[in-house]
Parts: sequence; C-alpha cells; structure tokens
Amino acid sequence: MAYITMREAISQALREEMYRDERVFIMGEEVGVWGGTYAVTRGFLDEFGEKRVRDTPIAEGVIVGAAIGAAIAGLRPVAELMTINFAFLAMDQIVNHAAKLHYMFNGQIRCPLVIRTVGGGGRQLAATHSQSPDVVFAHFPGLKVVAPGTPADAKGLLKSAIRDEDPVFFIEHATLYQLRGEVPDDEEYLVPIGVSDVKREGKDVTIVSYSKMLQTSLQAAEQLSKEGIEAEVIDLRTLRPLDMLPVVQSVQKTNRLVVVEEGWRSYGVGAEIAARVMERAFDYLDAPVRRVAQLEVPLPYNRRLEQMALPQVEDVVRAVYDVLYRK
Amino acid sequence: MPDELSREELLEMYCQMVLIRRLEEKAAELYTAGLIGGFLHLYIGEEAIAVGACKALRPDDHLLTAYRDHGWAIARGLDPKRVMAELLGKATGVSGGKGGSMHLASAEHNYWGGHAIVGGHLPLATGIGLAIRYKEEDKAVLCVFGEGSTNIGYFHESLNLAAVWKLPVVFLVENNQYGMGTEVSRASARSDIFEKGCSYDVASAPVDGQDVLAVHRAMREALEYARQHGPYLMEAKTYRYSGHSMGDPERYRSKAEIERWRAHDPIERLASVLISHALADQAALEKIHQDVEQEMEGIVRFAQESPEPDDAALYEHVYVNPIPER
Ligand SMILES: Cc1ncc(C[n+]2csc(CCOP(=O)(O)OP(=O)(O)O)c2C)c(N)n1
Repeated sequence: MAYITMREAISQALREEMYRDERVFIMGEEVGVWGGTYAVTRGFLDEFGEKRVRDTPIAEGVIVGAAIGAAIAGLRPVAELMTINFAFLAMDQIVNHAAKLHYMFNGQIRCPLVIRTVGGGGRQLAATHSQSPDVVFAHFPGLKVVAPGTPADAKGLLKSAIRDEDPVFFIEHATLYQLRGEVPDDEEYLVPIGVSDVKREGKDVTIVSYSKMLQTSLQAAEQLSKEGIEAEVIDLRTLRPLDMLPVVQSVQKTNRLVVVEEGWRSYGVGAEIAARVMERAFDYLDAPVRRVAQLEVPLPYNRRLEQMALPQVEDVVRAVYDVLYRK
Repeated sequence: MPDELSREELLEMYCQMVLIRRLEEKAAELYTAGLIGGFLHLYIGEEAIAVGACKALRPDDHLLTAYRDHGWAIARGLDPKRVMAELLGKATGVSGGKGGSMHLASAEHNYWGGHAIVGGHLPLATGIGLAIRYKEEDKAVLCVFGEGSTNIGYFHESLNLAAVWKLPVVFLVENNQYGMGTEVSRASARSDIFEKGCSYDVASAPVDGQDVLAVHRAMREALEYARQHGPYLMEAKTYRYSGHSMGDPERYRSKAEIERWRAHDPIERLASVLISHALADQAALEKIHQDVEQEMEGIVRFAQESPEPDDAALYEHVYVNPIPER
C-alpha cells in the first residue's frame, strides 16, 4: 500500500501495463513532450520512447479512429482525449465505430482500446470546458464506461480496462487528480469493471453516486452522521454495464434513496437508477427517490454562479432530509 | 503478355469482373423482389478497380472499403455465396446477417469492412497502418472510398497523420463523378482529387479506373511505395452505371452521359485486350459468361436456402467479454 494521489495511481496503472504488455501504447495530444495536460504521463516519453508514447495532431477523429484501427490489428492502444468536451469531435468514432464493429461484423473485429479522458466542472473554465456528459457515452451498447472516484479504484479499473477485450471509455475527474488514498502496489491489483461498491455502510438512507460526486456524497454522509443519520454510500464506478445489485440490496435495507451526479438531471444517472429501483424494489421505498444534479444551464465562468449550478454537500444533505421527511 | 500477368491470371480477372457484374444485377433483382432490405449500392461500371487493385494486394495486406463493397469482397476472395447470403440477411452471410450489404467483412482475408459512415474508415486504416509500423511488419493497407468522402474532415486528418508517421496506407479514391446526386465539381474545390495529396506531402497520381490492367500496375507500385515510404493517394477515374442506391430517381445526370461512359466499359476493354493478344477468342469468353451464369444459380440458391440467424444471435457479440448486469 502507498498513500498517493489519483494522478499517481493512474500513472502507475499505465506504467505497469506498459511494462507488462508490449502491445500497450499511449497516443493523444500532448501526452509525450509535454507530459500530459494533467501530467499523468510525465516522464513516459523518456521511459518508453516515441514509439509507445505518441504525440498526435489536434485531430480527435483520427486519434480515436487510429486507435481503433491499431486495436483491430492487434495492439492495445490507450488513446487520450484531452478533455471529455473534445470527445464530441470524436463521437462518430466512439459510437459508430468502436461501439459497433464487433457486433456488426459478427464478432470478426475486436476493438480492445481504452479512451482516457477528463471530465467535470468547478474550475471556472466556462460552458464548453466544464461538462460532465458521462451518461451520453453510457447510452451505447458496445461501450463500457468507467468513472472512478478513488485513487485505488482508478488504478485497479484502468488496469482492468487495458486488459479488457472491449472498448472502454474511461472518465477521470479534473478536480480529483490531487485526491489522496491508499493504493495497492501490487501489479496484479485489478478492480472488476461493472461492479458497484459500497463505500460507506449505513442503515438510514442510500446515497448512490460515482466519480467526484462520490467524494461529495461521502462528505455529506460524515456531516449527517454527526446528526445521527447513517447513510450508506454506493459508488457505481461503472456506468455501463450498470451493477444495480448493491443498490437494490441497500434500498431494501434503508428504504430511502438519493442519487447524486454532477451532470444535468434530465435523462441522467438519477433518472436511470430511480427507474430501475422502481422496477426492482418499488415496494421497499418509503419516500420518493431524490435526484441531486447540476442545474439545467451551461456552466458559467463566474465562480459563485458556477458553484450554484454544481451539486454541493449541502444539496446532498438536504435531499437526504427530504427522503427522511425531515425539515 | 500485358502487364506481366499470365494468361490464366488475366482470364481469372475477366471472370471476376463478369461475376461481380452479374452478382450486382442479380442483387438488384432480388432487391426489387423484396428479398434484400435496407440500402443496396451497386458497383456496376467500377469493377476494374476492385479487381485490378486486389490483384496487387498480398494476402496479408489489409483492406477497408466503403459500403459499395460487394465487388471488393469478391475481388478479395470472399465466397460469393456468403456475400449473397449476407445481402439476404442469412446466418451464413459473411457478417452473420447482422451487417447487410454495406457491412461485408472477413477477418480471414484481412478485409475489415464495409463501412457506411462516409469517411469513417479512413482513420481506422490509418491505425492499422500504425500497427504495421509498430510491429515492424512488411505489409500495407488499402483504404477505398468515393470522391465525395474527400471533403470530410476524416480524409484530411487521416492523410495528415499517415504522412506525419509515414504509415503504409494507400488511400484509393473511386471518383465516380457523383456523391449521391452531387457532381464532384459542385462539392469539391478541386475536381482532380489526386491533387489533394500535395496538402500533406502525400505522393499521388490519377489512374484510368476503367482499365483493369492500368489499375493493377498503378496499385502494385503504390503498395510498394507505401511499404517503403508512407502514404499514397490514388484517384481512379470511374463511373457508376446504376443509381447511387436502389430507388435513385437519377435527376442529376443524363442518359447520354451514361452511354458515353458505357462506351469505355471495363469488361469489354479487357475482352478486347485478351482477344487482340490472342489470349482468348470470342468462344472462350462466351464460355466464361456461361460458367458465371451457372455459378450465379448456385450462389442464389445457397443464399435463399440458408437459414435465418437464430434468436440467440441478437445478443451475441455486443461485447467480447459481456459482463452480466446484476
Ligand atoms: C457521414 C455521412 N454523411 C452522409 C451519409 C449519407 N451518404 C451515404 S453515401 C453518400 C455519398 C458518398 O459519395 P462518395 O463518397 O463519392 O461515394 P460513392 O457513393 O459515389 O461511391 C452520402 C452523402 C453517410 N452515410 N455518412
């Protein structure tokens, strides 16, 4: 175990996998000489050379498309998209190609590739650079969508993603890179994709979340605990495929559910979880499900306005009061 | 002997071109009869390009094409029976009935599709080129698309990246003069598409796409160039006799224009080469047509008699490693 940042954990996962498997390589904008826009691949160019750490032109379509091609031909590309906002320029490659080829050609084509990207708001980068459109990518069968909320999960999930035979869209949160946590040094430390995790046990209310909002939810749970409310906090970790079992089991115990996500509420994670809980545990609910999410506006630059639009610890606390019928 | 090809090879190429044309005509019939669904894009008039180019490919080279792909599949050596079965959506189809006319592929032939998002496969071809260099293999990629696909970002992103990384990719444009109903000069600032290579320092040249031997010769050189140096852009000037797809009202061109191109029909041109070099006589060619006719019967019968995919196929191959949702 080592107490390291999320950035170091991700970097460690990449480095270990590159040593383990010659076929693994990194490509993207500023991954090499610059060392990664978020410094995740700092030092990699010296360590692995230009063949395996490839700076690309600013051309998201061909970054993802060429990574798919390399994967078809037997390599294990890790393509980096500088931020998730730019993934929209590669949307066609992601959803029309990566997600479809295996199925459409009846299993003849495989795309074992990882697309790493950075999402999330809260850094005053304004509307085009602050989005959390994770659910957009989770909409498509054929993709696996992963968004870790702790350093250990980031390492274990990224390693699993690189070893996976399917295309994995891996979303890191821009404001979590400095988050510290215990991370196993073990080179075989793998966290399975598609398994939700109970991050905090409690009996009074279930809070479901992931990525940055996991941390927000855990803080809310701490605060609630001081008032005698014990929240169970579940980390989805993977948005597709979605593992509902721990959520359903928790709701059967607590009878109350709050879902917290950073993206917009409409058509979001909360909507999906609420629908599935209704299908599987309707009779266990003692209160309507509450959703905490971003207000329905493009994020503004102004710090105060931006924070108003993003879900805060107090919003989670208030939602928990609501489902407990407390004032 | 024309073009260092043996008599057998030339006759084989002739036979392939005839087979492709007959298969397309048959497909049109079956489409009209309601046995083929979706879109159907015919390759009639352009056969020389696929046959000439595939003749120059080595078995371990890679091929990607657009959706006008039946001719390419056959020229690459896929079983025509299984191509036709795919058009009919059968389990025996090359893509198990899940891809249809636009999405033929065969991993065994390094034929990675049949792609129907205009320009979408150019980045894939670039990436396969990258894998070849990465693994230090002596291979090349042939990536085929229409002139209408050279105005989309992918074309430029792919040529540029392939040039920066010196990837062994031959980008082959089939300039059949129209992208759906839009004539090349109405959509592209340059109508001589090969000229676009110079923007990215990519070697390029035009070729007469109605001359199978010229295509073969040019492609052999282009592939060799790509293996040694990097990307190459080839523009085959050609023409499709049929509409863009079935049901095209063809308001954008005249009958006279089609007739002008038919006068340079690629199959007839190869026939006259064969005859003038005394490699075949009329009777021998006639025999080829008859043999193809007979083969077509078997192809259609196989496709029609093949089973539909079973229900379980619906959920197969969404993922290589499906993770059950709990
Ligand atoms: C991205 C995208 N836009 C539009 C279409 C619809 N479409 C299909 S084929 C086609 C024309 C393409 O022309 P060209 O590349 O010259 O190929 P050709 O059909 O002439 O062989 C269009 C517009 C599409 N499939 N994909």
